[in-house]
Amino acid sequence: MNNFSYTRAGDVATAVREVSGDDAAVFIAGGTNLIDLMKENVTRPGRLIDITRLPLARIEELPDGGLRLGALVTNADTAYNEQVERRYPLLARAILAGASAQLRNMATNGGNLMQRTRCLYFYDRATPCNKRDPGAGCSAADGFNRMHAILGASEQCIAVHPSDMCVALAALDAQVQVTGPRGDRTIPFGEFHRLPGDTPQIDNTLRSDEIITAIDLPPRGFADHYAYLKVRDRTSYAFALVSVAAALDMKGDTVVEARLALGGVAHKPWRDMHAEEMLKGLSVTKDHFEAVASEIVREARGFADNSFKIVLAQRAIVRALQHAAAMGRQS
Amino acid sequence: MTTTYIGEATSRVDGRAKVTGRAKYAGEPDIANLVYGYVVGATVARGTITAIDATEALSVPGVLTVLTHENSPLPVSRRSYIDEAGSPGETFIPFRDNRVRFSQQPIALVLADTFERARYAASLVRVEYDQETHLTDLEAALTDAYDPPWRVLLPPIPGPRGNAEKALAASAARVDVKYGAPAEHHNPMEPYASTAVWEENGTLTVYDKTQGVKNVQGFLCSQFDYDDDELRVLSPYVGGGFGSGLRPQYQVFLAVLAARELKRPVKVTLTRQQMFGLCYRPFAIQRVALGASSDGTLNALIHDAVQNTSRYEHYCESTVHWSPLLYKCDNVTVSFKLAQLDLTAPADMRAPGAAWGLFALESAMDELAVELEIDPLELRLRNHAETDQVRNVPFSSKALRDCYTQGAERVGWSRRKPEPRAVRKDGALVGLGMASGVWESPQLMASASAVLTLDGALTVSSATADIGTGTYTIMAQIAAETLGLPLNQVTFKLGDSSLPRAPVEGGSFTAATVGPAVQAACLKVRDQLFGLAQRIPNSPLAGVTSDEVVADDGHLRSRKDPSRAVSFADAMQNSMVNEVEGTATTGPDPKQQGYGTYTHSAVFAEVHVDEALGTIRVPRMVSALAAGRVLNPKTARSQVLGGLVWGIGMALEEESVIDHKFGRFMNHSLGEYHVPVNADVHDLEVIFVDERDDVVNPLGAKGLGEIGLVGVAAAIANAVYNATGKRIRDLPITLDKLL
Amino acid sequence: MRTARGTGSAQPTSALAPTNAITLHLNGAPVKLDVAPWTTLLDALREYLHLTGTKKGCDHGQCGACTVLMDGKRVLSCLTLAIMKDGATVTTIEGLSTGETLHPVQQAFIDQDAFQCGYCTPGQICSAVGMMAEGHAHTADDIRELMSGNICRCGAYSNIVAAIQQAMRPSEGSVKP
Repeated sequence: MNNFSYTRAGDVATAVREVSGDDAAVFIAGGTNLIDLMKENVTRPGRLIDITRLPLARIEELPDGGLRLGALVTNADTAYNEQVERRYPLLARAILAGASAQLRNMATNGGNLMQRTRCLYFYDRATPCNKRDPGAGCSAADGFNRMHAILGASEQCIAVHPSDMCVALAALDAQVQVTGPRGDRTIPFGEFHRLPGDTPQIDNTLRSDEIITAIDLPPRGFADHYAYLKVRDRTSYAFALVSVAAALDMKGDTVVEARLALGGVAHKPWRDMHAEEMLKGLSVTKDHFEAVASEIVREARGFADNSFKIVLAQRAIVRALQHAAAMGRQS
Repeated sequence: MTTTYIGEATSRVDGRAKVTGRAKYAGEPDIANLVYGYVVGATVARGTITAIDATEALSVPGVLTVLTHENSPLPVSRRSYIDEAGSPGETFIPFRDNRVRFSQQPIALVLADTFERARYAASLVRVEYDQETHLTDLEAALTDAYDPPWRVLLPPIPGPRGNAEKALAASAARVDVKYGAPAEHHNPMEPYASTAVWEENGTLTVYDKTQGVKNVQGFLCSQFDYDDDELRVLSPYVGGGFGSGLRPQYQVFLAVLAARELKRPVKVTLTRQQMFGLCYRPFAIQRVALGASSDGTLNALIHDAVQNTSRYEHYCESTVHWSPLLYKCDNVTVSFKLAQLDLTAPADMRAPGAAWGLFALESAMDELAVELEIDPLELRLRNHAETDQVRNVPFSSKALRDCYTQGAERVGWSRRKPEPRAVRKDGALVGLGMASGVWESPQLMASASAVLTLDGALTVSSATADIGTGTYTIMAQIAAETLGLPLNQVTFKLGDSSLPRAPVEGGSFTAATVGPAVQAACLKVRDQLFGLAQRIPNSPLAGVTSDEVVADDGHLRSRKDPSRAVSFADAMQNSMVNEVEGTATTGPDPKQQGYGTYTHSAVFAEVHVDEALGTIRVPRMVSALAAGRVLNPKTARSQVLGGLVWGIGMALEEESVIDHKFGRFMNHSLGEYHVPVNADVHDLEVIFVDERDDVVNPLGAKGLGEIGLVGVAAAIANAVYNATGKRIRDLPITLDKLL
Repeated sequence: MRTARGTGSAQPTSALAPTNAITLHLNGAPVKLDVAPWTTLLDALREYLHLTGTKKGCDHGQCGACTVLMDGKRVLSCLTLAIMKDGATVTTIEGLSTGETLHPVQQAFIDQDAFQCGYCTPGQICSAVGMMAEGHAHTADDIRELMSGNICRCGAYSNIVAAIQQAMRPSEGSVKP
């Protein structure tokens, strides 16, 4: 861990100003990812700006009926919030599937979006990594890549985004509220995280002088038919091999609208709008679900250790959709 | 009338210290003027260090020095030392030369006045290497497998009997299968740490994390040329060892090196990442061939194993020793070879050898049972070995049949369907599998001393260890019962090299080894008390013979007439004696040589497999064990539970992954190396069957630290086969192998 | 770009960042401490305050051994910068017992043999106390899942669950969920 200086920001404007003026400065809130990365010398900021006292720690209803999740609300407080549990249970389930209770008590909503990949090579300075040192090479592509991407990868990087919460946020069409010296901005969730392309060192579209202030959930939470399915190598406290956030709006046995997002398969939560469209108007049968699942993985490409994820993802999608459809029905 | 503690489910006497956080581990003594050492590890697997530039590191405020091979000449030692758990070859000593032998090899030690400064400075040390091509893939090294010089502490590889190849060819039913196992790291919760305290008079007190203080003392004295009374090793609490602490680990060497250099106390703690640069259970590739008649009688058994070792040590295990022993078979051939890789040397890891050996054997037996269409449990019973065919001696005891019967009944083996995919529950495929387990139960030599003071406090000591095994408690129980004192008046001291000699705590032999010494030392105290008691004028015990006397409730009492008694205090006071001391050294009775002394088990696993996703859950396991006399059912059960949890990890999760491009274990964290978590563990049941053994050691007790793990991976793998029809022969059984 | 920050080479080693004075309400008493920014709460407790009951198992938030209670909630002290917690109320394992009277969870751990080597134990106990205060564990499976952030390599999980169940039983009296 490098030698860094520490300051606190008392308000958003100050936070933005501090970070804009200083290339070596980063925000720290929960610290559960940042401190981990700093201890490994993966990231070595010269200055930490403590934003934990900013007034961004509320969950409140929005005029349009949606729900605003303050960026500094902890993951645990978000998952157990009465409104989130009742109206957006998909999000609550996803959050509770991630990390551990202690980490959920510390990690913030904003931090969950910002967390970086857990690729072993990214984390180990002894092995080249394009995300850590652009141009150094990707050690995972021909290395141990069990945890890596099957969709949207590039020659430069095959890492995945490790979050569970983000997968649900993607499925729910959340919006990320940010602010910077140029004012406020709303980033649709699907546009927040990037695919690696030729610039794997850039994880998201947040500008270096901006701060996340809130995550807005739209009015529709799909609370009647949802499932968050996380498949991992042990029962708990492990990252997803594949995870699926599935949500359905149904009329009888027919899908009115479907939301499907995958985790553990790409550099960002993976949504395939075309596949979701496919489900519209179809009945909730296994065949239909399998067709959608095939569609979603049609361009999937596996590596030496993770090709199984293609089949796993398909089956997980089907299973999640089945669970979502079956909710509240006589079995 | 007698005070009974042996066999009681006594709560741990060190419990309060542990649950309050007062128990201090190796990196925790509060020492003034402490210097922190942080290790820099090699980032190549093989080569030569051409340059180490510590300039930037040394410019960090608070950094005192950076030690490397360039500035750390070692004293010439005149003392010999034999590592109690060593292997033939050359022990790795840090900073001996400029060679890199494995990735993460310690190549520099940064010393600073705070942990953070040392850590930061370590990140600034620049190293250049002349890298050489490394080999870290056992499969690729197989062609160079060799017959290794053997490890002295292991019995020799069993020689052949009969003609296995011929009998195999003539068998009505045959299986001939290859099994693979990955490297595994011990990962005790406490990272390795040592605090070497340089005392004013030039002596050293070393707080170390170790399973054997005498072994570490011997090592350090030989390396640094000290006499035994100049260097003391203390290890009262150890945060898990599982074999990794049998031998001195490199941080203790570095701490002492630095303490001598700086003439200040130095603490070196390894990071969790660095723990993956320490020893491990080796990779293993095994072949098991079994031939049987159609009624299931085994006619032929061939078991070959190749495991990896380092380039500098020949690390062998007893992997193929158990197959010729466990089942009756007249035609047996086994072999064990090593292949050298550019990795650090492996070391004993909970049930070394048997863990891999019985995974292969018990999986093969299951495959044979399928081939024969005989129930797997029935197949074991049909081939039960009544005698030790390896040494041609009887077993001192072997209640394995009872283990099979009781375990099978508890798990409901009769409800098992032999054909796979026949049972479902809530959509999951259900399977039941079983395996036998066996582990040795030796007694070694050890010494103990017992001191009884006038106030009735008894202190018993031996330089053994408690790594979570419950040594503190069972030794106190033995002492309390032997001298008839309440448990709360008895203290057992361990983990101090100045105490009477005991071997490392390992091999499941501590109860059998130190227990008798404790008992004997206490009996010497009792005998002295008896002598003192008889000196009392008109002593109530006058005329009583020593075999008539029992110690009970702080008194010496006549068995025939309990009213004739003398209190310890009276006996001592009459002769104006303030304390009575006894020291004893015990060792195995030569009659043990005429027997095979082993612990046995039968383990049963129920698994539920999600067919679509491949995920495996183990809702239930039953382990029935024949372990002789159980000294403390509470701690004994915990030992076995620990072994069962390890078995879940071994079967389903654990794997140290090497990227051969770098020759480096890559999943070097507890986030990526998966040990079981709480949610992985459900219903575990432990049954101790009755087994009496008057040969194995004076207590009749057998060790339990390792038997709990043996066979579990096979039981789970066999259950997975029963559930799915898929036979997985490479551990761990991760879901992708079932998709 | 934010993600490009902090990935450059280390700064020249001139002066180290200055320490800040913080106050922790630690186990019921205010404690003043001068900490450098890079000192975690875990190292502040173990190395500077010599409260070694809280353990370092991995230093990366992957094992739970460093769990303490911060303002009543269970958190990982290894991923907490002490300098950020000025004014916080912290309870460590040392603060759970009252004099020689053990907290019901501590006693239950002894009764149920919920530890072996003892190294994960302080973290398990603090985590259990925190979990019970959270009020979301209603079944044995809930306990298993919600305690999965505390790794026990000795494999004492069965007894850890039994100990927590013992402590949660109403008959135990003083432990409120």
